[in-house]
Amino acid sequence: MKTLEEICNIREEKRKELDLRVNTNATTREKHILVCHGTGCTSSKSPKIIENFRRIIEEKNIENVRVIQTGCFGLCAKGPIVIIRPEDVFYAMVTPNDCEEIIEKHIQNGEIVERLLCKDVDNTVVKQLDELNFYKKQKRIALKNCGVIDPENIDEYIAFDGYKALEKVLFHMTPDEVITEVSNSGLRGRGGAGFPTGKKWSFTKMAVGDQKYVVCNADEGDPGAFMDRSILEGDPHCVVEAMMIAGYAVGATKGYIYVRAEYPIAVKRFQIAIDQAREYGILGKNIWNSGFDFDLEIRLGAGAFVCGEETALLESIEGRRGQPRLKPPFPANAGLFGKPTLINNVETYANITKIILNGAEWYSSIGTEKSKGTKVFALGGNVNNIGLVEVPMGVTLREIVFDIGGGIPNGRKFKAAQTGGPSGGCITEEHLDTPIDYESLQAIGSMMGSGGLIVMDDSKCMVNLAKFYLGFTVDESCGKCTPCRIGTKRLLEMLEKITEGNGEEGDIEKLERLCSNIQKASVCGLGQTAPNPVLSTIKYFREEYREHIDHKECRAGECKALMKLHIDPELCKGCGLCKRNCPVDAISGDVRQTHVIDEEKCIKCGTCITKCPFHAIKS
Amino acid sequence: MVNLTINGRKVEVPEGTTILEAAKKANIDIPTLCFLKDVNEIGDCRMCVVEVEGRRGFATSCIQKVEEGMVVKTNTPAVIEARRIVLDLILSNHDRECLTCTRNGTCELQKLAQEFYVDEIKYQGSRNKHEIDDISPAIVRDFNKCILCRRCVATCKKVQGIGAIDCTERGFASTVSTYKNKSLNDVNCTFCGQCIEACPVGALKEKDSTADVWRALRDEDKYVVVQTAPAVRVALGEEFGMEIGTNVKGKMVTSLRHLGFDKVFDTNTGADFTIMEEGTEFLDRFQNGGTLPMITSCSPGWVRYMELNYPELIPNLSTCKSPHQMFGALIKSYYAEKMEIDPAKIYVVSVMPCIAKKFERTRDDMQGAGYDDVDAVITTRELARMIKQAHIDFVNLEDSNFDDPMGEATGAAAIFGTTGGVMEAALRTVHEKVTGNHFEKLEYEPVRGAEGIKRATVNMNGTDVKVVVASGLKNAQIIMDEIKSGKADYQFVEIMACPGGCVMGGGQPIRTSKERASIDIRSKRANALYTIDEKSTIRKSHENPVVQKIYEEYLGEAGGHKAHELLHTSYVKREKYKLDD
Amino acid sequence: MENTKCQGCNGQDPKMQEILNTYKQEKDNLIQILNEVQEYYGYVPEKAQVAISEYLSIPMAEIYGVITFYSRFTLKPKGKYHIAVCLGTACFVKGSEKILDRAKERLGIDVGETTKDGKFSLEATRCVGACGLAPVFTVNDEVYGKATVKTMDEILDKYMESEN
Repeated sequence: MKTLEEICNIREEKRKELDLRVNTNATTREKHILVCHGTGCTSSKSPKIIENFRRIIEEKNIENVRVIQTGCFGLCAKGPIVIIRPEDVFYAMVTPNDCEEIIEKHIQNGEIVERLLCKDVDNTVVKQLDELNFYKKQKRIALKNCGVIDPENIDEYIAFDGYKALEKVLFHMTPDEVITEVSNSGLRGRGGAGFPTGKKWSFTKMAVGDQKYVVCNADEGDPGAFMDRSILEGDPHCVVEAMMIAGYAVGATKGYIYVRAEYPIAVKRFQIAIDQAREYGILGKNIWNSGFDFDLEIRLGAGAFVCGEETALLESIEGRRGQPRLKPPFPANAGLFGKPTLINNVETYANITKIILNGAEWYSSIGTEKSKGTKVFALGGNVNNIGLVEVPMGVTLREIVFDIGGGIPNGRKFKAAQTGGPSGGCITEEHLDTPIDYESLQAIGSMMGSGGLIVMDDSKCMVNLAKFYLGFTVDESCGKCTPCRIGTKRLLEMLEKITEGNGEEGDIEKLERLCSNIQKASVCGLGQTAPNPVLSTIKYFREEYREHIDHKECRAGECKALMKLHIDPELCKGCGLCKRNCPVDAISGDVRQTHVIDEEKCIKCGTCITKCPFHAIKS
Repeated sequence: MVNLTINGRKVEVPEGTTILEAAKKANIDIPTLCFLKDVNEIGDCRMCVVEVEGRRGFATSCIQKVEEGMVVKTNTPAVIEARRIVLDLILSNHDRECLTCTRNGTCELQKLAQEFYVDEIKYQGSRNKHEIDDISPAIVRDFNKCILCRRCVATCKKVQGIGAIDCTERGFASTVSTYKNKSLNDVNCTFCGQCIEACPVGALKEKDSTADVWRALRDEDKYVVVQTAPAVRVALGEEFGMEIGTNVKGKMVTSLRHLGFDKVFDTNTGADFTIMEEGTEFLDRFQNGGTLPMITSCSPGWVRYMELNYPELIPNLSTCKSPHQMFGALIKSYYAEKMEIDPAKIYVVSVMPCIAKKFERTRDDMQGAGYDDVDAVITTRELARMIKQAHIDFVNLEDSNFDDPMGEATGAAAIFGTTGGVMEAALRTVHEKVTGNHFEKLEYEPVRGAEGIKRATVNMNGTDVKVVVASGLKNAQIIMDEIKSGKADYQFVEIMACPGGCVMGGGQPIRTSKERASIDIRSKRANALYTIDEKSTIRKSHENPVVQKIYEEYLGEAGGHKAHELLHTSYVKREKYKLDD
Repeated sequence: MENTKCQGCNGQDPKMQEILNTYKQEKDNLIQILNEVQEYYGYVPEKAQVAISEYLSIPMAEIYGVITFYSRFTLKPKGKYHIAVCLGTACFVKGSEKILDRAKERLGIDVGETTKDGKFSLEATRCVGACGLAPVFTVNDEVYGKATVKTMDEILDKYMESEN
């Protein structure tokens, strides 16, 4: 147990010690080697890198060097990432074998290991993280501590103003003042729907109940989105603190965080954070003698996308099938175990402490008129800089894809971007300059969503994309209401029919009719938004649908049934690369002779297309 | 009160009323499918969607409560279009073999298809295929017809507290299933049949035994005797469009004769024997320190529930067979002897309001006279089916009486068909046996009525006898837990598996969700039984001259050796689930 | 995940009891318990379901309903090599479907199935969070990033060989 005074002392001392993390001019003899330990970099062996660094440092008996595992730096495409502080040198795609060299050259001799420096998309070599175009337009609020602190060390969190916002609300603000501050900040739900957070808090505060709950929705299910996971992995305490502030504001003493079991690192870090907070007396009874009690518990999801829907999530916490409840009543009035419940998503909470400390005015000065602050996106797909980005609302999609994301790889053309995942819609070239905010995205038939942003180049078939998303929805529909259970299945079947070359006149209209009724008649957000990918691809790529139906053609060559691969004899040089790479030995031909594809054997995997240096393989 | 506008009409309803109920008050009908009042209010079928001004998307009228100033539209083109699509989707995944479906003509889905004039399924697609479960002797599940309304699930889980079936899988693969999709026979199902009553379509039905009965009737060697339970006569008329609660005893007996049964007897007579035996058993336990409280055993769904869930309390269960089993045993012994008929040739058919009786018939220790007490059990619905097949003009039939010598029954036996009836009948007899006095006031009001659990104290010669009456298995569970934990301060317990007793049995005519929401079916049927009792000249079982005569001539003492052999049975612990590992 | 642990010698599995004992007998613990059971056994054995049913007073059909609702829970043991191909959007856009198809073809099983010899099982997963490495598949805990059909072939060959 620590008194408030002791916490303040930790903050002061630790902050001095960690100055080198944020200040390149810090005067210290220490060096910190920061290694990304997010899921992406972990998958490419960052734990081994940490191990090697520590071993080498011990073997060589080097003093004043610490190896710190941090959360995600954001630029996953260049992972595993290693940063040396205070000089802020940034090494990309480091392997465990590089550790020795980094220690010897950089740490011991002060020489930069040039070969490990990151190259930007334009091939310029970059020494510091901030020099990357990827970071230039970003503004980190929710991700402020990610990549800066060791998420498993509460002292490091405290050093960077951790639990200061909690202190402020407990001793200097009434619950109403907290809610007013959040309302004035203009913060809206980052889970996708964008409901004003302050309003949600005040509804829960006003609800009558002997027990109230605060819930954090960390069931990030949108395929290709990993914002929430990165926050939990990189800065779990900021969510703990925000949930406590929310608890104080709405009158709740108990919190639950619902996390996907597929996020083991996030779960582990969050549990460590809870344990440390309890140990310090930050969670528990009568916190810092303020009279405020609060405790937190983790509940694991078990692989059901629909549990991201708030009422389904509540059902799941209660131990049942995650089938959404009808609203009203809203969770604010009758939520978990029938009690008033506040549910916000991870990223929403991640903004709270900053709003409390810096004020609503500061926060609302960022963003657009109706959408304040920043939004974190998981940028993925056919874009150079895959990773996590946090941008102020109002930035355009073009800036994200081309400036931050570094554009489309392999010299291909931008075709569309999908926001909102399976609930969202695609955005085309003509709307690239739309400022990112809730209303603008909705106006062009997409939505903010939780933050997945998938970029697609011209090799993607939009009918197939719609089919992919519908396949996802059909898999993930809970099966409770008719339109979603059977309707989405019928949509998928019709899309399958079209991509298999069996589309008929009138199918597009039939799709549209069913879509609009599924939207209107479904019980929950999953069903109501499930048709969006179909409607938006029809809206912007009706031509492609027509080609599939009328001419049995797929211009992107993705729809296997419509695809026939052949080698253009004019272009084929007979190099044999295609033949060697074909997994089913469907290509034959002698060296320097034109090769041919055996259609019977060909599985249309497309490997040959990507391997052919002469673009001779046509579909 | 709340004021709102529905389709331009002003409506005033109490706070807490749903839009659906408010609309009904204004004579505006909103179609529903998954809705079953107080049982299944989940709004998942989406047939009842309506528009509410100022609200994005549709409102679910079966659940959504009215609000002051609300403006509701129930029949805009958009609403009707959505309902059409929803209906189309349901039909697209439904086995549409209507002509060969039990529920042809009584199906709620079929009715909607007619109303919406569905002449083509627009969104055809793949269908889920399920194997039909017809392994149990009582219930057939054909989930190719299931529309996932979950009325059965809610009934099994919430009303009966069993949970033999639940929603499994998800998305399009969602289905209502038992544990690992086993047969109902191999799980904790009690065969109460309430799920059948809840099903709007033909996904759940009784195992039909009419073919067996027809076969017996055709067989010239067989002497086919039929007996009818008390609750059948107050419900059978509904199958022929008659008012709920009409007593059609006379027409029923006539129609059975028309069908060709050799003798038409009344299970009520059997019920009088049950009172004699059960009353004696209770007195013996009460006075001689036997296991108390004693619990009635005439509801086979309840008995199975007990064997599955509380085997340690089997000693509390009365060893009496249920009335029709007792009666079957007497027909094959006393009656056969008296009429000089080879009991092997007698074929006893029981017409019951009950599904579990189909299972009960197949139990061990149900062969009092060396032969199966009962050879076939058909439900009220199946009897109606036979009458319709024979093209008997039921409504215009003349009345007739049960056959002698086993057609005489008391008012006490009639009320067996409703919750509290067995207790009331037993008290009439036990009370007199104990006190030796004749009572004028025979109505025991505290054990009548709709409540699931009724408690009363009856003073007999200075001694208080505390009794409990429970109906519905969820209520039974409460009582069992009281007994198990030693908290029970009562001595005599009546339990019926079906909420409301046999009048609401799983074999009774199926009423639609709309009827169940607006009509008190239970009390209409129960009141008809109470009227029979009231009008009876003999209202106490021990005063039934037939009963007296048979004890005198044949059985000897109530509870005696011969009575035990014929009229009592035994119970076994049953495993709730047949496991694979 | 250890498939070889005692799955209830004589009906009593001390580990199962140990898991149950860490939870109060409250129904909302069902999913928590199932998660632990799945983690420990690699699937949810029938005996565990019976034990949970009795401990929490939840009918077996309801437990079965919950198990079949959540894709993380399985009723059968997974293969010795559990292959999971990510079909998250980032991976899908980069062609993971073809990799999955290849695995299906090579192993002769569909998603959610295990080969007859119990060696391989196949799963299509949602985002595993390694979008930077897309397309990705995993074999047990090993992650294979920037994969192609060829990678899948090579990895399968490797595991198949090690088995022969």
